[in-house]
Amino acid sequence: MPVETWLIFVISFMILGSIVALELKDLLSSIIAIGIVGLGVSVSFLFLQAPDLAIVQFLFEIFALIILVRAFIKKDYHQEKPSRVNKILVGVTIITLIAVFFLSVNIFKSLPAFGNPLMETSEYYLAHGAKDTGSANLVTSIILDYRAYDTLGEITVLFTAILGALTIVRIKSRSKDSVEEQL
Amino acid sequence: MTVYLLCFILLLVGLYGIITKRDLIKIILSLGIMGYAANLMLILFGYKSGAIYPILEKGVTPEIMVDPLPQALVLTSIVIELGITAMLVALAVRLFEKYKTFDITKIRRLSG
Amino acid sequence: MKQSSGMTLIVKTVTRVSVWLIILYGIYIILHGHLTPGGGFAGGVIIALAFLNLMLAYGRDFIKKWVNISFLHDIESSSAALFLAIGILGIAFSGYFLANFLSGYGTLYRLYSAGTIPILNIVIGAKVSMGLFVVVWALSIFHIDKGGK
Repeated sequence: MPVETWLIFVISFMILGSIVALELKDLLSSIIAIGIVGLGVSVSFLFLQAPDLAIVQFLFEIFALIILVRAFIKKDYHQEKPSRVNKILVGVTIITLIAVFFLSVNIFKSLPAFGNPLMETSEYYLAHGAKDTGSANLVTSIILDYRAYDTLGEITVLFTAILGALTIVRIKSRSKDSVEEQL
Repeated sequence: MTVYLLCFILLLVGLYGIITKRDLIKIILSLGIMGYAANLMLILFGYKSGAIYPILEKGVTPEIMVDPLPQALVLTSIVIELGITAMLVALAVRLFEKYKTFDITKIRRLSG
Repeated sequence: MKQSSGMTLIVKTVTRVSVWLIILYGIYIILHGHLTPGGGFAGGVIIALAFLNLMLAYGRDFIKKWVNISFLHDIESSSAALFLAIGILGIAFSGYFLANFLSGYGTLYRLYSAGTIPILNIVIGAKVSMGLFVVVWALSIFHIDKGGK
């Protein structure tokens, strides 16, 4: 079977999983359904010949699952009262999103077809990457040599996000003496 | 073409969740879905039919390879997403400790 | 160690053996980032998961005794500075920021190749692993507090 058929199958499964995750009442089932979507992305990366990304996405999924379960599992969320979600809001949103979908079909028609990318810059990277940098993994040679500025920016963003999380945690521990010396 | 449209539907499902859901947890999960869809879309743009992964092997003459540039960009984006998810979870748990609820309409009412 | 914190004895015994293997695998992934799929990001997340495994099995207090959390935080912050320092060394030796000033040495397909790329991979691996573990460790404070009430 061609790659496209497999991808259609996997992405349809992911759409189903994400709808289930958003509509379920139980929190644990919802988080596990998100796991389906993330592992589907990992499998799609394998079909699309990106083993680097498949590894990172798989680990990301496990890590996010542990964080979400550990943070939210003890909260009294299960006995949530039947949600009075505004029916009009849901209806208007669905109609608008369907309209957006049909109006943007033309954009996807104008893009290069699946399987025939432009690859003007990348031809240079593929041809000269091993000689210029001496790295056999061309993705790594782009991340850390040709476009190392991107990685520097990424490190800055990650550093800021982690500092933000630590700050949010620390606000509370300052008010409580028992937790103060732990951080 | 069909693959692009399906991936776009996945993005729209995430957007639907952000607009209509009122729980902070569901909003965080919707942001995750949108992130998955955007990453997958970038990789789909770079696929070349019949090509192999962009890693050279010893003793093998280079064949045609897929586009390595979107892969490099998405690799950094996935890790950033992990950091942002951790920050949002910390924020949500702090809000829960203060207001005892995850419902954003109630949180807005209590604050002012 | 006491039985009261963490999981059962079986889980603790298995963890004691398997954590080192997981850390070794993470180091392998980081060091071979320029030859095989993987690299600093994937290896860093693997090492963070190994520490997380230890924390889930033995409990939070054991981790606090066993590793120095503020030291891990220092590693994370200083590796960001190290990345910048390597970039500035690029100015000194090759003329522009983050230049690969060691790329002439080593042979292709060997572990010793690719100039500054393995060094930067190690720096990124240290940064990602320590940063993610510190965040998860900080998040677990909430868990303890809710359980106590």
